[in-house]
Amino acid sequence: MDLAFEGRARRLGDDVNTDYIIASRRKRDSLDPAVLKQYLLEEVDPTFAASVRPGDILVAGKNFGCGSAMEVAATVVLGAGIRAVVARSFARTYYRNAVNNGLLPLACDTSGIEEGDRLALGSTEAGLSLRNLTRGEDLAPEPLPPIMIALLKAGGLVPYLREHGNFVV
Amino acid sequence: MGRTGDMGQTISEKILSAKAGRPVRAGEVVVCDLDIALGTDGSTPMALDYFDAMGGQAVRHPERIVFALDHYAPSPNAKTGALHRRMRAFAARHGIALHEVGEGIGHQLVVETGRAWPGALTVGADSHAVTYGALNAFGTGIGSSDLAAALISGRMWLKVPASIRVTLTGALPRGVYPKDAALALANLLRADGATYQALEFDGEGAAWLDLEDRLVLSNLSIEMGAKAGLFQADGKTAAYLEGRTRRAFTPVVPDPDATYAGDIVLDLSALGPRIALPHQVDNVVAIEQAAGVPIGMVALGTCTGGRARDFHQARDVLMAGGGPAPGVQLVVTPASREVLAQLTRDGTLSDFIAMGAVIVTPGCGSCCGTCGAIPESGVNVISTANRNFKGRMGNGEAAIYLASPAACAAAAVRGRISDPREIVT
Repeated sequence: MDLAFEGRARRLGDDVNTDYIIASRRKRDSLDPAVLKQYLLEEVDPTFAASVRPGDILVAGKNFGCGSAMEVAATVVLGAGIRAVVARSFARTYYRNAVNNGLLPLACDTSGIEEGDRLALGSTEAGLSLRNLTRGEDLAPEPLPPIMIALLKAGGLVPYLREHGNFVV
Repeated sequence: MGRTGDMGQTISEKILSAKAGRPVRAGEVVVCDLDIALGTDGSTPMALDYFDAMGGQAVRHPERIVFALDHYAPSPNAKTGALHRRMRAFAARHGIALHEVGEGIGHQLVVETGRAWPGALTVGADSHAVTYGALNAFGTGIGSSDLAAALISGRMWLKVPASIRVTLTGALPRGVYPKDAALALANLLRADGATYQALEFDGEGAAWLDLEDRLVLSNLSIEMGAKAGLFQADGKTAAYLEGRTRRAFTPVVPDPDATYAGDIVLDLSALGPRIALPHQVDNVVAIEQAAGVPIGMVALGTCTGGRARDFHQARDVLMAGGGPAPGVQLVVTPASREVLAQLTRDGTLSDFIAMGAVIVTPGCGSCCGTCGAIPESGVNVISTANRNFKGRMGNGEAAIYLASPAACAAAAVRGRISDPREIVT
């Protein structure tokens, strides 16, 4: 998977839990991200889903994805055409589910990123990089463990296991 | 598995060392054989999609997998009924144990059926799998894709967490419950205070708590972001597991010189009733500060507060107060059929029925808004559950308060948030 791309920042706050990303009650009717994406973040902002453009990047404060471990909270974001989430910190289950599905989670100080800023993600030998093109600032994402980089480069857990047959640490 | 060099190990490091087959320390990434993995109807249907996408054919250790139909119990529509049918067929084909609709919440069933024991690595595709830590098992929540990988390989990779030691001192005063202690801790640590870390409960207060009390604290450790919430095993643990498992187990004790990422002391004897205000679990105040808020629905149940002891505590307050106030809907959802049977045997269920309570099928109920009693718009709900996020119970126009079973019962009696100690003195 290509880990270098650009996108438009979509600002969210702290403690955005998985029920806000996608309400559990919506799962009663479908698990298909293409269907669920119309309800993305509806408890935070009912107009949000309609305003998402493919290539947007979610930008949040601390503890993004807290609460439930439900994996549709990661796949619905991908379903909306969003390939990365940048947050001050992530809940561990969300972080893991994101990586397993090839959704890039980047942890760094997001306080200087504003709605609509142009962000550029990159991949180096040392890890992942992030630049706010609008502000001309380089941000320093926290490094991911090698197994997570390997999962992301494979495109997620499904292609990783198809390739390796088992976990390689 | 022994010590690493000269340094002692935490409970987490010891359990994961044993499962990885080598001594490991916090921060290391390990691949572990799983003892048990739980899948619910909330997570397993997606896991079966991943299983197919991964090219899954066989389940490596079907005897180590358990399914529970708990989130949609009973099924609220045809589509969730189809999810159940798919899980039943997969379980039958691969020889996996499946708990049917009405048997209860998966986490409670894992505990009741002895699938979490001292030293076990028991994971669940649901965040409240941290509950198993009460039995000195490493319990943690996973997603559907990790569950699929576990079905195929019997294994998962984990980063060994650093641990925060939570030393509990003293004993809870009358009218104060483990839920109050857990909410006090959530307020102290905040919703992300233990992210990527394990909580390890220690001290005379931890030993004083009964097994059912420890389940409450372990269960709520995820609301502080914790990967696990572990207690040590003692005679109470062994007594609970008696007749539930035939496995031989050895309690996992932290080394005296184990290294902790943090140290917190919580004096149980200094606590009073607490309440979490909408819409965050760490938005906690002393209950006096919320007293008087009108309540329209009282929800007793969930994997946090749906065990027999919780209903006994609520019943006692309700009976002492003369039952629920007019206009208050009292909803009772036992965590499992075993709990329901016990409440039936000891008369508690009759008491609730006589007080006009709505009795809901054992399961997750309305806790996550998937089925059960969904609150109406504009209503204030007080619940024994673990989460009060906006929309959590299926309606974003309702406000959810979290408290102990006794405090929920006190609110039912008065029709407004009240200190339970005013009713049962």
